[in-house]
Amino acid sequence: MKILLMGNPNVGKSVLFSRLTGTRTIASNYPGTTVGFTKGYLKLGEEQAEVIDAPGTYTLEPTSKAEEVATEMLKDGDLIINVADATNLERNLNLTLQLLERQVPVIVALNMWDETHHRGINIDVARLEELLGVPVVPTVSVTGQGIKELVSRLPEAATSQTACASSDERWTKIGDIVSQVQSLSHRHHTWREVMEDASNNPAGGALIALLVLFATFWVIRLIGEGIINYVTDPLFNWLWTPLLMKLSLALGSEGFWHDILVGKLINGDIAYLQSMGLLSTGIYIEFGVVIPYIVSFYLILGILEDVGYLPRLAVLMDTFMHRIGLHGYAIIPTILGLGCNVPAIMATRILESRRERFIAATLISIGVPCAALQAMIIGLVGTQGMQYVALVYGSLFISWITIGFILNYAVKGFSPELMIEIPPYRLPPWRVIGEKLWLRVSSFIKEALPIVLGAVLVVNILYMLGVFDFIANIAAPVMSGLLGLPKETVVPLAVGFLRKDIAVGMLAPLGLTAKQLVISSTVLAMFFPCMATFVILARELGATDMLKATGIMIAAALIMGSLQNLIL
Amino acid sequence: MSQKVQLTLAQMRAGQSGTIVAIFGGRGLTRRLEAVGIRVGGKVTKISSTLFRGPVTLRANHTQVAIGYGMANKILVEVDTSS
Repeated sequence: MKILLMGNPNVGKSVLFSRLTGTRTIASNYPGTTVGFTKGYLKLGEEQAEVIDAPGTYTLEPTSKAEEVATEMLKDGDLIINVADATNLERNLNLTLQLLERQVPVIVALNMWDETHHRGINIDVARLEELLGVPVVPTVSVTGQGIKELVSRLPEAATSQTACASSDERWTKIGDIVSQVQSLSHRHHTWREVMEDASNNPAGGALIALLVLFATFWVIRLIGEGIINYVTDPLFNWLWTPLLMKLSLALGSEGFWHDILVGKLINGDIAYLQSMGLLSTGIYIEFGVVIPYIVSFYLILGILEDVGYLPRLAVLMDTFMHRIGLHGYAIIPTILGLGCNVPAIMATRILESRRERFIAATLISIGVPCAALQAMIIGLVGTQGMQYVALVYGSLFISWITIGFILNYAVKGFSPELMIEIPPYRLPPWRVIGEKLWLRVSSFIKEALPIVLGAVLVVNILYMLGVFDFIANIAAPVMSGLLGLPKETVVPLAVGFLRKDIAVGMLAPLGLTAKQLVISSTVLAMFFPCMATFVILARELGATDMLKATGIMIAAALIMGSLQNLIL
Repeated sequence: MSQKVQLTLAQMRAGQSGTIVAIFGGRGLTRRLEAVGIRVGGKVTKISSTLFRGPVTLRANHTQVAIGYGMANKILVEVDTSS
């Protein structure tokens, strides 16, 4: 049996899904968190039912790619759990009635039930059930309230004979239902409304945005460095290094296996950024440099997401984003890209047109460095002084804007207008934040670590075979003539295709000047997306557009790098 | 004595409420607006606007929605004079 979770965006489907199946998914407080679908299983008596978490949709007449996915899935569902936001009955019932017109059994989960109380909304559930002709169960998915009842009443899910001839008729019917089941009582302004009013005011909004942005960067660095200084560095120094040195001795301090596993010893010691062994550089780059920042970034992102701030930022940025061919909503995928470009490009599905998705995805892969890359840039370029790190970020930002302007001018079509639901501010439960953080960090480790170790292995073997000398000689004119870099830097650039964090690490032993470090890390960030991003680009944009995007990236990277070489 | 004033959502002041009397747009726009609960005959309250013809934030029923200035200019509202 296939059970579909369907409902408007941002009503808590994903949280409910994890409650039902025990499968963890990413949930946030903004519309459009789920753009693909997630499958899980639920034991119903003797049977294993498949549960599918569909992207949110306002209507069964889809207006975006994510909504298309949802409507398409409806065809092979055997039972639908319609998740509705109890604080927003009228709008949610529109989808409910549309679902009831299909010949699939439906049960309604009236979610966010706890919020109705402090918003002064009273709903007569029994009466609603009677009017709809299908079971209605109040639930609070974040706490789990009502989930048991929902599951036990699944067999009662029913089809209903309510077909409306037109949408006008449907709205009349909704009005009729709402007036019979819902009553409102007066209540006082809450802290949330005070906050909401402040961030709606244009001047207050801009001020808050600046504060949030500043505080975000500051806290991410503080936490990231804190983890490195107080957790990972001591662990590596006191635990891992002695172990590796023992291994090094046991392997005879040199030779094939020694160099692959431990790497080259520098002055008789392990240098984590230079030895290039699987267990030294490979492990250190991920656990000692990148993961502290990944943890820190996703912790802060998770809080921002769940509080409900991002849609407000989208509104604030809308006018500006139109200049680069997008609208305000595109800021959300862009921010996700600062963590990892792969989910960011997936998230461009919330944008309405192909044109927007092409522009957004291209801009993300050129100008938005992922957290792993950023951590390495801060770690490596930062040793020369933070002003050089600022130069890299500045160059990326300028490229992002400039290419956006050009694409907006060059790509046919126009950018549709923004339309976004602004969720209420919510205080996220820590458990939810923690679970989401764990999910993101552990999937990062699972996906990144094998590629990182594989890349280190391949690099070592290619070095031994002398392949890199060959490539370096071919690329020498471009590298030194255009970019002012020694020809050896072509190797890290090529490795950047596998993983960018390792690639930046490979710049370390080359003894580059501060200027060369700035140029090479900027070019590395813009030049090519990593393999994983490449695959997602091809899947989301199609082969032709992916090739176009890649062409733009290569051109932009070479132009930016040459400019830096001329100016700096 | 109530006086009937009709303004587009873009022209309304923040804080004003009213009833939507017309939406000047194609089927696509009407459908998308309707999906979030903005439709002819419905109540709206304008919450804020942004500089440089940026998006307009409004409340329809219990939902806050931000829409582009152009869209807001296509929505005609009969403003409640008491507000």
